[in-house]
Amino acid sequence: MRTFITLLGREVKSFLYSPIAYVVLFFFLIATGFNFYSGVSFLNQGPSEVTVVEAAFNTVLFWFPFVLIFPLITMRTYADEFRMGTIETLATAPISDSQIVLSKFLGAFIFYILLWAPSFLYFTAFEQITGKAAAVAAGAYGGSYLLLLLLGAFYVALGCLASALTNEQINAAVMTFVAIFGFFVTGLLGFILNSPSQAVRDLISYFSAVEHMADFSRGLIDSRPLVWYISMTSFILFLNLQVFQYRKWKA
Amino acid sequence: MIDVVNLTKRYAGFTAVREISFQVQRGEVVGFLGPNGAGKSTTMRMLTGYLPPSSGRASIAGFDIFEQSIEARRHIGYLPESTPLYHDMRVHEYLRYRASLKGVEASKVKERVGDVLEMCDLREKERALIGTLSKGQRQRVGLADALVHDPELLILDEPTIGLDPNQIRQVRELIKNLANRRTVLISTHILPEVEMMCSRVVVIHKGRIRASDTAENLLLKHRAAGEIRLEVHQPPQNTYAQLAALRGVKEVSEKMLGEECSFLLRTDAETDLTEAVLQLAQTGKWSLRSLLRRKPTLEDVFVDLTQGD
Ligand SMILES: Nc1ncnc2c1ncn2[C@@H]1O[C@H](COP(=O)(O)OP(=O)(O)OP(=O)(O)O)[C@@H](O)[C@H]1O
Ligand SMILES: [Mg+2]
Repeated sequence: MRTFITLLGREVKSFLYSPIAYVVLFFFLIATGFNFYSGVSFLNQGPSEVTVVEAAFNTVLFWFPFVLIFPLITMRTYADEFRMGTIETLATAPISDSQIVLSKFLGAFIFYILLWAPSFLYFTAFEQITGKAAAVAAGAYGGSYLLLLLLGAFYVALGCLASALTNEQINAAVMTFVAIFGFFVTGLLGFILNSPSQAVRDLISYFSAVEHMADFSRGLIDSRPLVWYISMTSFILFLNLQVFQYRKWKA
Repeated sequence: MIDVVNLTKRYAGFTAVREISFQVQRGEVVGFLGPNGAGKSTTMRMLTGYLPPSSGRASIAGFDIFEQSIEARRHIGYLPESTPLYHDMRVHEYLRYRASLKGVEASKVKERVGDVLEMCDLREKERALIGTLSKGQRQRVGLADALVHDPELLILDEPTIGLDPNQIRQVRELIKNLANRRTVLISTHILPEVEMMCSRVVVIHKGRIRASDTAENLLLKHRAAGEIRLEVHQPPQNTYAQLAALRGVKEVSEKMLGEECSFLLRTDAETDLTEAVLQLAQTGKWSLRSLLRRKPTLEDVFVDLTQGD
């Protein structure tokens, strides 16, 4: 356990040392801030059915920066270790490979959570200033942030897997982007296909992060996406371990 | 301490290490020699649990390197060939990280890091970013890392590469001092170094073990060539033929420099031909200017063992 904390500490610190982390943090805060601002101004135009939380989490302005951060967060995780050869010192320390895989995943995930932490303030500030609730349904906050966590975990895991496949950060970033974009497009098929059967529609709905967010930000918490994201994350991490060992053993 | 039995490593379609077996006893300093591509690094990577063997087995301090890999690794301090380090960390920070990763108790970490900084002469640089260090300094950080958890066994893959002569000497001293309490397996291409530090050498070539003995025994046993060099002033015509006809001479070469002629005789290791040559010189009334006998070195043995298949 102590060695795991040590590993995790190193992973989190490696973000704090990398200039790119601050660039990501800076632009992400601007993007989410602007997104929140435009959500509020949209509501200012007149009476509306939606709440601030819904308005903030369901725009293109939300999704675009959201999808972009994952390649940037995760590209370094393995690619750099393989390229520099530090994987050899890391993997010959008395720690298991699964500890390494988990610590890299959690390290990136913690950085992702840090990115979101300030956004919480927006809603709190909104409520303080306007005296109005930012969300109506009790579960809306919880739902939105729960989904952010689960979706984030899944995308971070995808990014780590991509990084474990290559020596070059840039390749990892491109692969991650393509993978996430692929999931996105699959999720949108439901809107594009004319009249898919119910079974197809159900299947596609699993991929639709946009729909999930629409539901969760209204406080409608469905267990299927929860189970889906948790199992997908676990599966990707399992693959990640296999890929990591395979690459190490081929060294 | 190390027990290797029929260890084999195959890369896709290529066998880098073939059924090698050897033992290293506690307290030995063993030199692991072989030409480029012989399989030294591959063997070390298997012993440290980085690469899984294709077949055969090996154990470190009684723990199987594959089945009980983590236990086995606890006993090893490993310096990989290229000395990989995190360039964005500071020296003391890196060593502290590595110490606690390798299970040094939290209360002892600071002390241990201080010790190895001292041992590896890194005190001045402890706050420097690793990325800003010179190659030799990085090499010493790698060595400090290998030592930080006070392991019983050190596996060092070319530890003196890239060091200046002073540093090489220091590292050599360091390894010699460590050897009192520790077992060391060290690979290197600097053969005099081996004679100075190692109690035994293992020579590997094309993935097979060619020899495993003390340097002295290797020199005795192997018919490695010795050399006799003599300079003669205005040598008579038949000198070359006479020298070549001596028993035990494998090869003679001559070189004229003005009126001086120097001959180089390559001989068997066990025959000392100085007497015979002096005899010839006396009877032939050569005006001998110098006569030098060079004993065979480990290098000769090495070349002998690792040429051809
Ligand atoms: N990942 C790999 N895939 C295929 N072949 C490899 C791989 N790694 C090493 N080899 C081959 O295995 C052989 C042994 O390599 P190894 O690195 O063990 O040599 P070495 O004895 O350490 O040599 P050097 O003195 O140059 O360090 C070489 O022929 C090398 O080409
Ligand atoms: Mg090597």
